[in-house]
Amino acid sequence: MASRIIGQSRKRLEDPPLLTGQGRFASDISFPDQLAMRVVRSGYAHGRIVSVDTSEACALPGVFAVWTADDVADLPPIDVRLTNIKGLAPYRQYVLARDKVRYVGEPVAVVFASDAYTAEDAADLVVIDIEELPAVLDAAGETGDFAPGLPTEVIVIEKGYGDADAAFKTAQHVVSLTLSVGRHSGVPLETRGAIARYDAKHDMLEMYGAAKVPHWNRDQIAIMLGRERKSINLYEGHTGGGFGVRGELYPEDVIACYAALKLGRPVKWIEDRRENLVACNHSREQTHRIRAAIDAEGHILAVEDEFFHDQGAYVRTHGATVADLAAAMLPGPYRIPAYRAVGHIRLTNKTPGGTYRAPGRYESTFARERLLDAIAAKAGISPVEARRRNLLQKADMPYDLRVDTLGTKVVYDSGDYGGLVRKAIDATGWQTLRDAVATRRKAGETVGVGLAMFVEKSGLGPYDDVRIELSPSGAIEVITGAASIGQGVETVIAQICAETLGAAFDTIRVTHGQTDRIERGLGAFASRVTVMTGEATRRAAEALRARLLAIAAPLMQTDATQLTVSDGWIARTDGSGPSMAIADVARSIDATHGASSEASFESSHMVYPYGVHVALVQVDRETGGVTVERYLVAYDIGRAVNPMLVEGQITGGIAQGIGGALLEEFLYDERGEPLSVTFADYLMPTAHEIPPMDIVISEDAPSPLNPLGLKGSGEAGVNAAGAAIAAAIDDALGMPGLITRLPVTPQRLKAALAAR
Amino acid sequence: MKPAPFVRHTPRTLDEALAILAEVAPQDGRVLAGGQSLVPIMAFRMARPAHLVDINEVAGLDKLIVENGMLIVGARVRHGAFHKPVEPGPLGALLASVVHNIAHYPIRMRGTMCGSLAHADPSSEWCLTAATLDAELVARRKGGERIIPARDFFEGLMSTALKEDELLAEARYMLLPAGTKFGFNEFSRRAGDFAMSAALATYRIVDGRIADARVGVGGAEASPRRIPEAEAALNGQMPGDAAFRAAAEAASAAIDPLEDIQTTGEYRRDLVRAVVRRALEASVK
Ligand SMILES: Cc1cc2nc3c(=O)[nH]c(=O)nc-3n(C[C@H](O)[C@H](O)[C@H](O)COP(=O)(O)OP(=O)(O)OC[C@H]3O[C@@H](n4cnc5c(N)ncnc54)[C@H](O)[C@@H]3O)c2cc1C
Repeated sequence: MASRIIGQSRKRLEDPPLLTGQGRFASDISFPDQLAMRVVRSGYAHGRIVSVDTSEACALPGVFAVWTADDVADLPPIDVRLTNIKGLAPYRQYVLARDKVRYVGEPVAVVFASDAYTAEDAADLVVIDIEELPAVLDAAGETGDFAPGLPTEVIVIEKGYGDADAAFKTAQHVVSLTLSVGRHSGVPLETRGAIARYDAKHDMLEMYGAAKVPHWNRDQIAIMLGRERKSINLYEGHTGGGFGVRGELYPEDVIACYAALKLGRPVKWIEDRRENLVACNHSREQTHRIRAAIDAEGHILAVEDEFFHDQGAYVRTHGATVADLAAAMLPGPYRIPAYRAVGHIRLTNKTPGGTYRAPGRYESTFARERLLDAIAAKAGISPVEARRRNLLQKADMPYDLRVDTLGTKVVYDSGDYGGLVRKAIDATGWQTLRDAVATRRKAGETVGVGLAMFVEKSGLGPYDDVRIELSPSGAIEVITGAASIGQGVETVIAQICAETLGAAFDTIRVTHGQTDRIERGLGAFASRVTVMTGEATRRAAEALRARLLAIAAPLMQTDATQLTVSDGWIARTDGSGPSMAIADVARSIDATHGASSEASFESSHMVYPYGVHVALVQVDRETGGVTVERYLVAYDIGRAVNPMLVEGQITGGIAQGIGGALLEEFLYDERGEPLSVTFADYLMPTAHEIPPMDIVISEDAPSPLNPLGLKGSGEAGVNAAGAAIAAAIDDALGMPGLITRLPVTPQRLKAALAAR
Repeated sequence: MKPAPFVRHTPRTLDEALAILAEVAPQDGRVLAGGQSLVPIMAFRMARPAHLVDINEVAGLDKLIVENGMLIVGARVRHGAFHKPVEPGPLGALLASVVHNIAHYPIRMRGTMCGSLAHADPSSEWCLTAATLDAELVARRKGGERIIPARDFFEGLMSTALKEDELLAEARYMLLPAGTKFGFNEFSRRAGDFAMSAALATYRIVDGRIADARVGVGGAEASPRRIPEAEAALNGQMPGDAAFRAAAEAASAAIDPLEDIQTTGEYRRDLVRAVVRRALEASVK
């Protein structure tokens, strides 16, 4: 048996350059002769473009070109991926606004100049004349028209099973809530960037600054520019945060590529923060009208949810993903005999939306868990008891939810939900915690505890490929189609490769995000890389190991079954005789190229990890301020390849979850003017706002869908944070059901208290 | 987020600085101190000064001394200078307790007290301090100097009595008598953010009762100011919950609250009530 590497908290392979100031992020990349690109954006939420006058901008010294919609008239709108839902096409976004603008921040013109300062000076000189039209700003309110004959309601998603109507007719009680989640999003500290250049000699277009899904973007840019797929390459560098928003294909990426081609000079675009907050995908804004039919003991008989998803001005690359996931994942860990969800995807005159870490689940977990708390109140039982009574049992696994999403059927592969609740409660010292809260309340403090549960999804297919090359020197390269947005891909993949192959961890180099190194790849999203790329790596490593042993056996005068590999050395299992380096075997196969292997992992089902969040909060009744004092996440990941990285994922997720629960919100005024355009208005949590955290990693329910039992962890920390914090605030104030809207700002909390 | 073009001047003496300011002021010339407010708004192009008179190397403006019973703070003195008491009496301790509420450490190592006063953000802790303590603000221009009392200095949101060719050369604070009690409190959404409301209170105890009460409120109105109604509720009373609540109530009722899309006047009054009472409670801790 090879030495154990999987399951160890190995230090990250990717850290040395990052920690020594040698990172290479998008803005670190420059080419001689490059032009700086600056986008001129709409200042109106909705309006008809009367004219765009670029003459003054063009006349500014240092300006090379100024483009408007006419200059990019050949380019089709940016397409949708990952969806088989029809009817989205007419709502896609062109790279520059054609005759209407539909949100403040929409690209209308673009300047190319000698440097970023001149480009911004010139952008100020572009005169856009717009005839303002009334803006639609409330997705749950009246709809308007996107274009003649195209209403702002894009589609309605319906999912469900069982006879909900009958259940509601006969139920002992019906609990109904109207709940909403505010507009917020992933806000990576590195803004977006695209650096494109064209090499005429090789007829090759290159773009740097890619992330998340380089292969899909490469293919899409090829289609949009009418080029051969092989004549474009995308390169991922270091990425300062992804969270779902970074690395999608945006107008600016396509314009930079097209301009490099047309203008014959490299083009560099680096987004600034104010642009980032109005141009990069928003997310999360939903209103849910949810109700449950229950019996006298609080057992759920049916759940019905109608919700409105604010998609912003256009359908972007994610299509209907967020609303689809919200509808599919809403049932969570509970037995719900009948279920119906109706999700309205509506356009508004705001920045277009996309996925953000735990897309659709942060929202629907908030709705479901608020509902569970309301059920507890109605049935006169504790919130924990209400959950226990309704949880699916271990014996129910695998559990077919009878809904589908992202082209897969939702079948919970494994889980012991009740077991994890027990672990969470033990880890918090539940009784001691409750006693401490009671004592503090007696002393006049307003403190409370909230708990929320969720089922996550991870490991979306349909495939991933991996190629492993063992060079004659013994160095190993694992080439993947995965992407790294900072989550530790290199480390995890190297751990799986090292253990399976029997190689030394630090001899492994992991390549990702380079379209010229591997034919296809799906990238990094949906907590998929460790599961999909991980299993493909294990397969390729296993194949290579078998091959090496088969070659080594005759050389070592024994049978392959009598051999083992560890740390790069092949030896007899009984420890007798000499050992042989895998590098020597590789050399004996091919002295120049060594040995290699390839494998794919295909999967048509996702895996379903699950978790519990517990929040302890203090409320300031006078100001409405809320402080999160302590936070716990218990999470069953099936098998943790690197527990330290799992903790890191959860820690960051909690911070973002707290942001969405208490601080972060893209606000608009009544004309659709965005009000959260700097970090002074869009409030990200800082270290001061983040409490001490406890993270419990559980491995009770390995996935039966891959041999290592892997599930992902990217979205565990954020998923239920809104729900748990809302429950804790209710508990602190002794007012069940008080919190119906996120984020809980001090103003809103004071107003809610005044209204009681 | 690249500023519009500008010319930066780097005078070494005050006379030189004032001469340049006199010349460039009519062309939207501005003083550059710590840059912690001005540079961000230039990056957003919300300010486009054609000239910056950078005072960071002007000799003498780093003055931080006690003279004739007054603390004198020159235009180059950074917030960070107040992290430890700058003088042994109550004023030094007061300034040290206030300064930690301003922004974050790196910003405090760059931003200046006089820059804050000149910038006149309604939530600025130093503006509140200057108003509460009736600081004297020394404005210098080419060939002239005038002393502006704090109550006349703040003229509204981001607006002061300084003329465009005037440099705020010093802020002067009367030392506080030994035994002066003080307390500060503010409410903000995150640590280091500008306060949504803030209060500073000082008083002495004479024969067991409050005397010479000063109660200043910031972040609630266009400019920070002393609230006479709250002071009246304190003077002559025994320090304690009843008096503190009465003063908080009086301050809350007296203000003309700033409102915005998220913040109603009623909420601002709630905050003022809370921060005034808490500032007073802090004074007896
Ligand atoms: C993230 C962040 C958070 C912050 N939080 C707070 C906070 O909580 N509380 C707070 O009070 N401040 C806060 N600030 C602002 C900070 O305190 C600034 O340092 C201060 O407001 C301005 O001082 P400065 O020296 O940086 O001035 P500058 O930015 O250089 O100048 C500001 C303005 O004052 C003028 N000016 C500066 N000095 C003089 C002078 N001597 N004479 C005439 N005019 C002058 C300038 O022309 C300019 O118009 C924050 C800043 C940041 C970036």
